[in-house]
Amino acid sequence: MQQRRTAGVAGRGQASPGLRRSTVSAERAAARIVVRKYGGQRRAVIQILQDLQERLRWLAPETLEAVALELKMPPAHVTSVATFYKSFSLAPRGRHICTVCMGTACHVRGGATVLEHFERKLGLRAGQTSPDREVTLERVNCLGACALAPLAVIDGRYHGQMNESKADKVLQPILRAGGPAPDAGSGPEDGEAL
Amino acid sequence: MKTARTHLLVCAGTGCVSCGAFALKDALVAEIARRGIQDEALVVTTGCNGFCERGPILLVHPDGVFYQRLSPADVPLLVEEHLIKGRPVPRLMYVPPEGGLPVPKMADIEFFKHQRLIVLRNRGRIDPEKIEEYIAYDGYEGAAKALERMTPEEIVAEVSAAGLRGRGGAGFPTGRKWDLCRREPGSPKYLICNGDEGDPGAFMDRSVLEADPHAILEGMIIGAKAIGAARGFVYIRDEYPLAVSRIGIALRQAREMGLLGRDILGTGFDFDLEIVRGAGAFVSGEETALIASIEGQRAYPRQRPPYPAQSGLWGRPTVINNVETWANVPSIIRRGAAWFSSLGTETSKGTKIFSLVGKINNTGLVEVPMGIRLRDIVYAIGGGIPKGRDFKAVQIGGPSGGCIPKELLDLPIDYESLTQAGAMMGSGGMIVMDEDTCMVDIALYFLRFTQEESCGKCSPCRIGTRQMAEILARITAGEGSLEDLEKLGTLAATVKRGSLCGLGQTAPNPVLSTLRHFRDEYLAHIVDRVCPAGVCKSLITFTIDPEKCVGCLLCLKACPVHAISGERKKVHVIDPDVCIKCGACLNACPAKVRAVIKRAGDRAGASREGAAAPKDA
Repeated sequence: MQQRRTAGVAGRGQASPGLRRSTVSAERAAARIVVRKYGGQRRAVIQILQDLQERLRWLAPETLEAVALELKMPPAHVTSVATFYKSFSLAPRGRHICTVCMGTACHVRGGATVLEHFERKLGLRAGQTSPDREVTLERVNCLGACALAPLAVIDGRYHGQMNESKADKVLQPILRAGGPAPDAGSGPEDGEAL
Repeated sequence: MKTARTHLLVCAGTGCVSCGAFALKDALVAEIARRGIQDEALVVTTGCNGFCERGPILLVHPDGVFYQRLSPADVPLLVEEHLIKGRPVPRLMYVPPEGGLPVPKMADIEFFKHQRLIVLRNRGRIDPEKIEEYIAYDGYEGAAKALERMTPEEIVAEVSAAGLRGRGGAGFPTGRKWDLCRREPGSPKYLICNGDEGDPGAFMDRSVLEADPHAILEGMIIGAKAIGAARGFVYIRDEYPLAVSRIGIALRQAREMGLLGRDILGTGFDFDLEIVRGAGAFVSGEETALIASIEGQRAYPRQRPPYPAQSGLWGRPTVINNVETWANVPSIIRRGAAWFSSLGTETSKGTKIFSLVGKINNTGLVEVPMGIRLRDIVYAIGGGIPKGRDFKAVQIGGPSGGCIPKELLDLPIDYESLTQAGAMMGSGGMIVMDEDTCMVDIALYFLRFTQEESCGKCSPCRIGTRQMAEILARITAGEGSLEDLEKLGTLAATVKRGSLCGLGQTAPNPVLSTLRHFRDEYLAHIVDRVCPAGVCKSLITFTIDPEKCVGCLLCLKACPVHAISGERKKVHVIDPDVCIKCGACLNACPAKVRAVIKRAGDRAGASREGAAAPKDA
């Protein structure tokens, strides 16, 4: 799930002509802005990586290196943090993010079958991104919306009581944009972004 | 503040929002404006009501009328009938699962009737994004009392006398923890709110953070005075964006009102809070691991003692409590220890929030007095099991907990009795399971979870959970042996004894408790090669009864792998070599035909016909 935060500093920085003219890389410029937002504090490295991932969709090796330079800490430390926590993606993620919840409540109501259906439908395994970088399929341990089980989240929209035919409907716009047309009819999206 | 004749309280918890609460709110606002009664009827968004199954929910105040599963299309009728003509609309009300008449009032609905709200007292009645509404319901009164009229010793004594115990799982007495920290000479001291609710199936912390964020802030202000801390952290998992946003708003408003920051309420006491977002690691719910995470490290737990109360964040004395624990504190200070300890059992005082999910009619969040019987939660509040199935077990305490079988339904729920039964209070996730849930599959589910979430620091946990998961996978595939059960027992004991933190120490619990209460299911998988619940895919087959099949093509179209052949009006056949056993055909087959048969057991002789589930609505 993607969070939409109003990180004012980060937003303004993107258009800063001063940074664009300078010789630093794009990653370094982005890292500099976010690090500054947290006052250059090393303890904020997790938050800094989160903000950067939100802007860049994933954490490239160059981004991790830039954060290490900006925070003046060993690159190994930044990498160790980035590889430990699950919410960091060290591979490019797609334009659309599909997340299937694998919480216990979802599990007893058939979450595993839902995930398999998503995998078949998208032609991806959980954790993979389509080669055209359109879609990423992810699994999550629990989103705490257990009453909606089984649950899938598509680009931040929650879709509860998921089943095969509902999955076909919610995936249709994504599949239409990126690949072969699915065989199910279209339907209204019932989720709302949080 | 504007006063209106009636308030329309729209639930804006995650559950309701995802089924269209904001669209409902917009429709209400528009319709009310169209009818020109905007000065009489005010639409308010509130935190989670807990009855997420029935979302979107609307409560009409002061009538107390409860509407459920609303859509924007219902709004014109509702406004016309209820608000203008004063006639509540039965069609949009809650009808008990067993049938009967619609129940108009929230207070009369079984789901709400048996609850006792302390932590969730403001749920569904205040707008969590407005501090004024929290204050209007006695908010910050406890903090004012603590800051102005109580010494740190008195606060600690009050919390101790109340008998409050940690709501995050282990149940350590909160007062004793605070006292330990208060007596430590080191400074500065820190406070942490643990909102890294990683237990799959538990969402009470999310709900409290979303529905009543100021209660947590107030609890922490009181705690800060008790131990002498000037800074605190609210650690929230990243999967809860709404909670992060609501706590952020609450912090800003509290600062503006002088309830956080320097010289709070003119008492000369300074305290401020900061949000730290988690990054998706289950182990960071462990207190020492969480501290490492705030410090910007990998969330590795470390040896205790020293306890965080002695040496925590940056080596300083630190009190770390769970969200629900903090949210209990304001009421204890405001209403006194005697009032709080009058609720509950000898050793477990107050209330506990449980998330009641899984195979249960009334899914949602319930706050009940400690000592309540499990039966009352499942049947009185939860409304029993859907589709008339049989209750099998309740899984309590997530990956650290265990399963409570039918025979123990009259067990009073408190810390001690749950531990005795092989489960654990944990954070309070209650997953109800019926006869269609396979207990071996559940044990495997949890072991895969802990194996994946093990941080890898100590080998018993890292390797032991993996071995246990592999054995369980073998059993569910119908390839287990009786020896495997012994091996599971040995591994469980080793992992429990040899692991450093709570994750490893409790990881074998789901296996041990299912082995204890459901050994016959393990034996069925191993000896008979049958999954009695019809869940384990290697042990089930799907066939079509040629006598019953009407050749409607529905299952054929539903099959995702095209394993079904047939034509209109001709009997369909499933190719067992292609079938992936997803059950789509079973769901697609019309209820009055029921030609698709799920058989448990890989051999025809040992098969047991599984009842076809009614077609999904």
